[in-house]
Amino acid sequence: MKANQVIIGAGISGCSIAYHLAKKGMKNIVVVDKSYLTSGATGRCGAGIRQQWGTEANCILAKKSIEFFETAKEELEYEGDIEFKQEGYLILATDKPELDRFSKNVKLQNSLGIPAKLLSVEESLKIVPYLNTSAFVGATFCQTDGHLNPFKMTEAFYLAAKRLGVQFFFFEEVKEIIVENNKITKVITDKHEIDTSVVVNAAGGFAKEIGDMVGIDIPVFSENHEILVTEPIEKIQGPMLMSFTQNFYCQQVPHGSFLMGRSTPNQVHSHDISSSWSFLDEMAKTICHIAPKIGELRVIRQWGGSYNVSPDKQPIIAEAENLKGFYIACGFSGHGFMFSPMTGEIISNMILNRKNEISPDLFKLNRFSEKELNAVEQSVV
Amino acid sequence: MRDDKIIICRCEDVTLADVKRCLEEGYTNFEDLKRQLRVGMGPCQGQTCSALIQREIAKFTHKAMKDVPIQKTRPLIIGVELRAIKDGAIDES
Repeated sequence: MKANQVIIGAGISGCSIAYHLAKKGMKNIVVVDKSYLTSGATGRCGAGIRQQWGTEANCILAKKSIEFFETAKEELEYEGDIEFKQEGYLILATDKPELDRFSKNVKLQNSLGIPAKLLSVEESLKIVPYLNTSAFVGATFCQTDGHLNPFKMTEAFYLAAKRLGVQFFFFEEVKEIIVENNKITKVITDKHEIDTSVVVNAAGGFAKEIGDMVGIDIPVFSENHEILVTEPIEKIQGPMLMSFTQNFYCQQVPHGSFLMGRSTPNQVHSHDISSSWSFLDEMAKTICHIAPKIGELRVIRQWGGSYNVSPDKQPIIAEAENLKGFYIACGFSGHGFMFSPMTGEIISNMILNRKNEISPDLFKLNRFSEKELNAVEQSVV
Repeated sequence: MRDDKIIICRCEDVTLADVKRCLEEGYTNFEDLKRQLRVGMGPCQGQTCSALIQREIAKFTHKAMKDVPIQKTRPLIIGVELRAIKDGAIDES
């Protein structure tokens, strides 16, 4: 069979890229995934979307993506509920130096049109009354940040792409990508041989392995990030609560459950996504310190998922410099879900040779080998 | 009895009609149904619904039940309060 583009990975990035390409008129697009829809990092993520970042590139990606989400249900003609809510992210500063850094972040965010603001402890309590006042010294808040259901949002892209003629092959694994004379000619899966000259690597946790298939070294690694969910209760919390120094995020989703996660220090680089007792222990201690009331809730399930991490904690959204036709969307460092509309927009424009509003240099593959690296994103859990 | 009166998942109020609609839409494995309908995600963790849904998938896909995987089993076995986990924790720091 033949395809104009083969997209590897049916997570949020692959589905968004497929949709944006098809919407711009491309025909004969194939998406291949080795498992089911959202089986990788997308379906395991914390379901938050935020614009409060410390680097310009992340701020712009996030802001434009939220603008897309605001009209996504109509744009994608989705009959279900994407569970979009804009009740903000309340990011706690635990000491004066962190508060000073947040103050700089807010200036940057405001300069880019993101309506974040600094809050005192008292002002924060008006938004989340049950915070432990001795656990933080101030906060930042952005009302237009919020929540989105990862399964439903991905399905919305998936169904819209299918209606536009995109073919999806699930439970099908890419085994080989044939390159002849420095040109991609074929993608071989365990079920098909697909003639194509364009491949998009949206393989999330396995993006490095896909790069290896064509001899492109992508400087990313995968590591397990764990998360848990509680029983659902009546609504008590609007915003996502988060702290980088306390290492956690926690939100109540519209369904009523609380989702919370933290990163494991010195996590080994691997594809492990198992659940650990130590995560549960540390997460419980952290949340009981920050918001003791949440400690009354029962945990019903925990799981893990892969962060695909780049050296500056910002994504690679690029065509490989050494192999034309090989496009990469990976290294989101835990934030591929919330940036997905822009991922689709940027990659589709690159494939169609259209100009992107945002400079592609910010996301190019070879930026890490240059002397002046991008600013490294510090606002990451 | 009507399919929309038969509760398959008591935690999330999912009916047999919901399950059949998703099967018709092409979601024919348990993990997909879980993400569409929340079956297996409630406090009982699929202990009530998983065999019922496995049978519906088997019927729809003309497979034997033993060939239809159910959802991944994840900890915890029963719900435990976060503060109970904290209080029972050994602080090694």
